[in-house]
Amino acid sequence: MDIRTIEAAEITAAVRQLFMDMNYYIGSDILHALEEAKETETSETGKSVLSQLLENHRIASSEEVPICQDTGMAVLFIEYGDHVVIENGSFEDAVQEGVRRAYIDGYLRKSVVDDPVFDRVNTKDNTPAILYTTIVKGNTIKILGGCKGFGSENMSAVRMLTPSAGLEGVKQFILDTVHYAGPNPCPPIVVGVGIGGTFEKAAMLAKKATLRPINTHHADQRYAELEDELLTAINRMGYGPAGLGGSCTALGVNIETFPTHIAGMPVAVNICCHAARHKEIEI
Amino acid sequence: MKRIQLPLTDETIKDLHAGDSVLLTGSVITGRDAAHKRLFELIEQGKPLPVSIEGEVIYYVGPAPAKPGHAVGPAGPTSSYRMDKYTPALLDRGLKGMIGKGARSQEVIDSMVKNGVVYFAAIGGAAALISRSIRSAEILAYEDLGTEAIYRFEVVDFPAIVAIDAAGNSVLVK
Repeated sequence: MDIRTIEAAEITAAVRQLFMDMNYYIGSDILHALEEAKETETSETGKSVLSQLLENHRIASSEEVPICQDTGMAVLFIEYGDHVVIENGSFEDAVQEGVRRAYIDGYLRKSVVDDPVFDRVNTKDNTPAILYTTIVKGNTIKILGGCKGFGSENMSAVRMLTPSAGLEGVKQFILDTVHYAGPNPCPPIVVGVGIGGTFEKAAMLAKKATLRPINTHHADQRYAELEDELLTAINRMGYGPAGLGGSCTALGVNIETFPTHIAGMPVAVNICCHAARHKEIEI
Repeated sequence: MKRIQLPLTDETIKDLHAGDSVLLTGSVITGRDAAHKRLFELIEQGKPLPVSIEGEVIYYVGPAPAKPGHAVGPAGPTSSYRMDKYTPALLDRGLKGMIGKGARSQEVIDSMVKNGVVYFAAIGGAAALISRSIRSAEILAYEDLGTEAIYRFEVVDFPAIVAIDAAGNSVLVK
């Protein structure tokens, strides 16, 4: 395979467009699920909320304004082909510059503060973005981007379960986390679950799970069935759209898994609001 | 659907019941985490507030920037519970209404009943739709906080639901 050179400016332009697009245009997976939920929702208030969310998507896409004022913190999962060389800049700088330009040029809200505890001064360009980069074979760069609002991020949790907790323990922790979140994370939610790995790997998998289209399933049939079972259980909780009661509390449950240690069974639950914004590009 | 003119009167508040759909018209102030912290600290220190909150309705929001030709960018509600720590002190100072999303603490509900205050829920994530009912936005205080500054919004038919009424009844699912 030949070495391919990519200009840093090309990366910046692609990342800028990626974050503007995902903030204006919701994915077809979410749109379809909202339309379906509007038909099946049992509460009149819930139906009305779902209609307003659909109307909101129509306005956001036609006027090219953000779906939600919380345009989130930018998270990128990157598969970097080992035959790519960046010219006239560094890869990471080019990505950060793309995020910066998207949030400034695209009228997206700047929601990042420089220091978490002491200063909390806004960085005014929504950087730094959070990058998870893996090196793969090839001469392309794949970027899966998400912008994560914190109303739902704050409702997320990690628990270091141990093997004896078993499947029941996993289910209980996921349902407890959703129950604790209640009406707060802008239901109907998308529930991203990461199981296995280490403490931080589980959390990262959960984040990645929120960025997977909700009309997909885990490749292992047992986890795919667990996704469906959890979705049904969550929708029986009754929080409903906007937490005002109803039969649609979640649009989807996505599980991602990874091998883990003989002593452990980490589980992370990353809750995402109904505006589950994610988009993938290949450069 | 009830059309409500702001500012809220005590009679209007008595007439609002959990679950009522309302359209709010008039003036609201905005404030979220950082502004609440500052207001609360001033109250604790016995200092005057930069904005009078008496009789006001506060909207928990940090709007996105306005595109040219728009009065305000998308501006949906943020989670209310983060303001709970500061809320009773503001209600004791005469705040009459709150607009946000999600649950409130028992301390807030008790203070609402004591002070005759109503809590409205707007639809989280319907920010582009909601912003159409906001006709103007002017910064009142804390400009340095950017999106977290205190604004005055003039709203027309702002859609909300009475989530918790002044008798403490709630429509939010626990």
